[in-house]
Amino acid sequence: MPTGTSPPTLTPSQTAGPFVSIGTEWDATGQAVPDGTPGVVYVEGHVLDGLGQPVTDAMLEFWQADPDGRFPPESVFASWTGFTRALTGQDGSYRLVTLKPGPVPGPAGEAQAPHIDVSIFARGLLQRLVTRIYFSDEEELNSSDPVLAGLGGPSLVSRLVAIRQPGRQPGGPARASTFRFDIRLQGDQETVFFAPW
Amino acid sequence: MNLTTGGAGPGTGPLTDPVTGLVPAPVPGPVEGTAPDPPYDYPGYRSTRLRAPKRPLLPLPQGETERRGPLFGESSVDPADSDLTIGGTGAPIGERIIVSGRVTGSTGRPVRRQLVEIWQANAAGRYRHGTDNHDAPLDPNFTGAGRCLTDDDGRYRFVSIRPGEYPWANHQNAWRPAHIHFSVFGTNFAERLVTQMYFPGDPLLALDPMFQSVRDRRAAELLVARFDLAGTVEHWALGYVFDIVVGGRGQTPADGPTAL
Ligand SMILES: [Fe+2]
Repeated sequence: MPTGTSPPTLTPSQTAGPFVSIGTEWDATGQAVPDGTPGVVYVEGHVLDGLGQPVTDAMLEFWQADPDGRFPPESVFASWTGFTRALTGQDGSYRLVTLKPGPVPGPAGEAQAPHIDVSIFARGLLQRLVTRIYFSDEEELNSSDPVLAGLGGPSLVSRLVAIRQPGRQPGGPARASTFRFDIRLQGDQETVFFAPW
Repeated sequence: MNLTTGGAGPGTGPLTDPVTGLVPAPVPGPVEGTAPDPPYDYPGYRSTRLRAPKRPLLPLPQGETERRGPLFGESSVDPADSDLTIGGTGAPIGERIIVSGRVTGSTGRPVRRQLVEIWQANAAGRYRHGTDNHDAPLDPNFTGAGRCLTDDDGRYRFVSIRPGEYPWANHQNAWRPAHIHFSVFGTNFAERLVTQMYFPGDPLLALDPMFQSVRDRRAAELLVARFDLAGTVEHWALGYVFDIVVGGRGQTPADGPTAL
């Protein structure tokens, strides 16, 4: 789309390529908090391509508020950064260890339901993809969330809601919840991706 | 985004293999004034076929999560991490280089104390990675990864070796131009950027689908570092400058999400 004649100033994006782990694995623990932290939750899933095949070389970044809905430096949670990364495995799986975020203000100060912003980098993605993880046990807040409301239907909403898994995490701390969230790059259940800019 | 086919601009060639004459995929000519970023769906880059989303991106209004971004402190990095030539027991093979530059927002404001990460092939064009099968030697003294924090003026500086070109499976006789992968964090979530730095005068740029996927010729040129005599250290290393401008993509109304 032509946007005038002023010269471009923003540095263009390029793909992270198949070897993104070389530059990012030092920080790719998938743990926003140490496992076992009181209140810890797990978010697990797979990244899948247009044939439903696992994406084995993706790097995911997670960015979120703390349980009070605050970010650093205001967060009072010990060493809370709100950020972590995970590399997908040979089966395309990832696992995030974190605390559930609290509601945060939207553009006009209205409450948004608890969510995690996710960036996806991989071979074949000339720019990152951005999506959001919401939580299935936040039905009331989800139902009034302006972003979910703007998607245009329950089928799209369901693609952004991580489903709480029944039962306890084997070997995990008591009452730790596991949520399932798959990321489909294409297909009839293609994940909803955003332009966060 | 609807790309119209334009004439080849200066310095561009068709994506034709010079030996076989094969054109691996239809590639429209560069377009002036398009959004700076490449489209997700770019047939010249084969891996986009099963990975580029088919649905249009939806706008995400800037709430608190998007207005904020991760903060990295001095504890995130070791000062030695910015020198990729000192991690082994000896010097890595290859031509020593110094890559420096400034990370700024679109208004020129420096991105202060934020993380810059790089990764690259060694001088022979080989990555230290389990899935890199290129028949070229690994260098025991080169891991190919580095990181640093920008200073208060947004500046960064790496010492490394010039990466080699390498073949890839995208199309027949396909070679990547020499490049260094860059990852930078702006001051908020929207400014996050991963890109690649190229070297001036590389004949492979005209044949490279990744570089050519940036349809605006002037935007693509921002990916090419410039030789820096002032940053060159006599009898030691050549200098290159690669400045990086991050910003919300398409902040102007005409540049909305549909322009992606
Ligand atoms: Fe590369």
